[in-house]
Amino acid sequence: MVHFTAEGTAMYRWLLCFRYLRTRYIALASIVSVMLGVATLIVVNSVMAGFAAEMHDRLHGLASDILIECHASGGMPDPEGHLKEIRAILGDKIEGASVSVHVPAMLGIEFNGQLITRHVNLVGIDRETYDTVSQFGRFLLHPQNQAMVDFNLRDDGYAPDRDHFPESGWTYRRQKASYEKLLAEERDRIDAAVRRSRGEQPTAAVDPSNDAAAQGPSMAYGLSPATSEANDPGQAKIFDASVDQFPGIVLGIATCSSRMRDSDGDVRDHYYCRPGDDVRMMFPNASDNAKVVNQKFTVIDLYESGMSEYDSTFAFVRLDQLQEFRGMINPESGIRSVTTVQLKLVPGANLNEARDDLRRRFPPDVYAFNIQTWRDMQGPLLAAVRLETTILNILLFLIIAVAGFGILATFFMIVVEKTRDIGTLKALGASGSGVMSIFLSYGLLLGIVGSGVGMVGGLMFVKYINSIAAVIEKITGQEVFDPTVYYFNSIPTIVDPITIAWVVAGSILIATTASVLPALRAARMNPVRSLRFE
Amino acid sequence: MNDQPVLRASGIYKSYQKDSLEVPVLRGVDLDVPHGKITAMVGRSGSGKSTLMHLLATLDRPDQGEIYFRGKRIDNASRAERDAFRNRDIGVIFQFYHLLPELSAVENVLAPMMIGQSTWQYFRHRKAARLRAEAMLDRVGLLHRASHKPSELSGGEMQRTAIARSLMTQPSVLLADEPTGNLDAETGLDILQLLRGLNREDGLTVVMITHDDSIAAGADNLLRMKNGRIQDERLKQAA
Repeated sequence: MVHFTAEGTAMYRWLLCFRYLRTRYIALASIVSVMLGVATLIVVNSVMAGFAAEMHDRLHGLASDILIECHASGGMPDPEGHLKEIRAILGDKIEGASVSVHVPAMLGIEFNGQLITRHVNLVGIDRETYDTVSQFGRFLLHPQNQAMVDFNLRDDGYAPDRDHFPESGWTYRRQKASYEKLLAEERDRIDAAVRRSRGEQPTAAVDPSNDAAAQGPSMAYGLSPATSEANDPGQAKIFDASVDQFPGIVLGIATCSSRMRDSDGDVRDHYYCRPGDDVRMMFPNASDNAKVVNQKFTVIDLYESGMSEYDSTFAFVRLDQLQEFRGMINPESGIRSVTTVQLKLVPGANLNEARDDLRRRFPPDVYAFNIQTWRDMQGPLLAAVRLETTILNILLFLIIAVAGFGILATFFMIVVEKTRDIGTLKALGASGSGVMSIFLSYGLLLGIVGSGVGMVGGLMFVKYINSIAAVIEKITGQEVFDPTVYYFNSIPTIVDPITIAWVVAGSILIATTASVLPALRAARMNPVRSLRFE
Repeated sequence: MNDQPVLRASGIYKSYQKDSLEVPVLRGVDLDVPHGKITAMVGRSGSGKSTLMHLLATLDRPDQGEIYFRGKRIDNASRAERDAFRNRDIGVIFQFYHLLPELSAVENVLAPMMIGQSTWQYFRHRKAARLRAEAMLDRVGLLHRASHKPSELSGGEMQRTAIARSLMTQPSVLLADEPTGNLDAETGLDILQLLRGLNREDGLTVVMITHDDSIAAGADNLLRMKNGRIQDERLKQAA
């Protein structure tokens, strides 16, 4: 007479679960919040991962793997010797190395007769090797400069894929020069006419060589002769802006432009200067008794990396020219100095280990070197993004937990509503655990359905996020993804299957956990009392 | 077959707690349910008939006294044993049918089979189970309504479905709590005829609670309950 039933896996609970799922819409309503929570979590994680990866890529691309900076204003002499020493330490881990001079500088742009000044980080780069340690050329606007930067102004053809980019290059420079020449002639003519009307003798026009002197470097007295040499020929003959250029400079695009919205709401860049214009740079020379070097440069290209920190602070010139201007060449030996050594390691090399090796060789109490990996430099930013992602995840899981309480309440209602059926099932021989398993499976099933639909919805949202942003923009008139704030053209996303698995598993767990209490109540229900419940 | 009573209750006491008051419902009930007979229990509301039936069905436990099924004590059996007993050895029908509203008639009939077997067992035998369920529905004359939901059935049809369900696991006793209480006289008589036929043809033992004297008159045994005791027990010879 004693029969043992394999109740735990009995068929009826699944049948009833699926029937409840199909007939209890209130329960479906209660899992909408689970669904939304899962979808939001997936979208947020994908977008944050996309942002982080994009930022990571850019930061890493812009910064070299390891940066050795010399604090001394005069830099470190004999970079080749240092590089040889570094190669001896790191061996074949080095993929590329480049030396450069970093110096704080003030940029002066003449715009509509006014001087706009900006604080920039002037970098003298070795154009042969700089691209081997960090991405540089690809962020320039001129296609030929992207392949190999030439610090000479190009005729035209800047930013061919960009609308509204102003005319630049020699064509523009010549036009501007001839316009200014005409303007000067006109001014002279008026001047002469005024003088004549006053009965004065017409005098010769202002000596152009004075002009040129003003444009050339204002020599800090006592500089090495090598510095002045560079511009001596320029001073000797008359500087003609339509055929001559100053030393070439590449400006970060945000140092000389501003991005704003016009009256139609379209994003436009306004350029204070463009390739072909001349700008003024003021920076300290390398002597212990620092003086300011004032040098004119001709903008030969603009640099747009997408990282505002870089675009708004960097200006690049030729390393040898900057060394000359700053007096970083030893007049006797001809040995040049640099302030920075940048290293690129082979992929997969341990950056921290390499950094520590270098620090052991160049201990900070002996050498005025600051040796950092790119992660050390960008650590706070990357950590901030990680923290933000963590906090968002916690908040959104709390939302799903709230949804869990909704499921709990709904399930209690369903258990009360099903009191009679529970009694019936028990009268037919169902055990307490069997009845409990009905509601647990029901919770599990709701969790699976909710997070499944949420997952599909979230993934679809991520897939079409840019079109969705465009639609929202159209409807609300508000820009969702503001290109004046972010330098990405579209919202970057990365879908990580492991994250999704965690999110889905977590929400299924929450839904199932929420059904435990109601299920226990159903299991403990007295069959007699529930049968009397009419 | 044998003379041993199918169900036997001896010295049953049961009281319910209402607020802090103890309300005695059964005060020393002795009862033998003879094999292959229809036993009717009559009595006023509150006389303890339903409570006695719940005790016989092991849905509840007596405060005192013993209940035997075929000579084996069941009131103190383990939970799993009592669940299996309800599932296999007895069939229960109620005044309000208690069909599961989400399931069709044939699925309701299949329910005891699904409860008693694991999913795997059930799947292996599901064809046979389905055939048996249809045979049971046919037996109560409802095969043509097999796929209807309870909400689409009339009261009489629901009760027939409930009877088919209770017969599914071939129980030896059918416990019926006012099976005709919610039906009109004519339908009630139909149900009674059905139970009689089952009793006659399959030798099914039936214990039935009723208010209706005309229904009670058709039973082999008549028990009259009053104030928690069996007041009058009349054994009739099988017709």
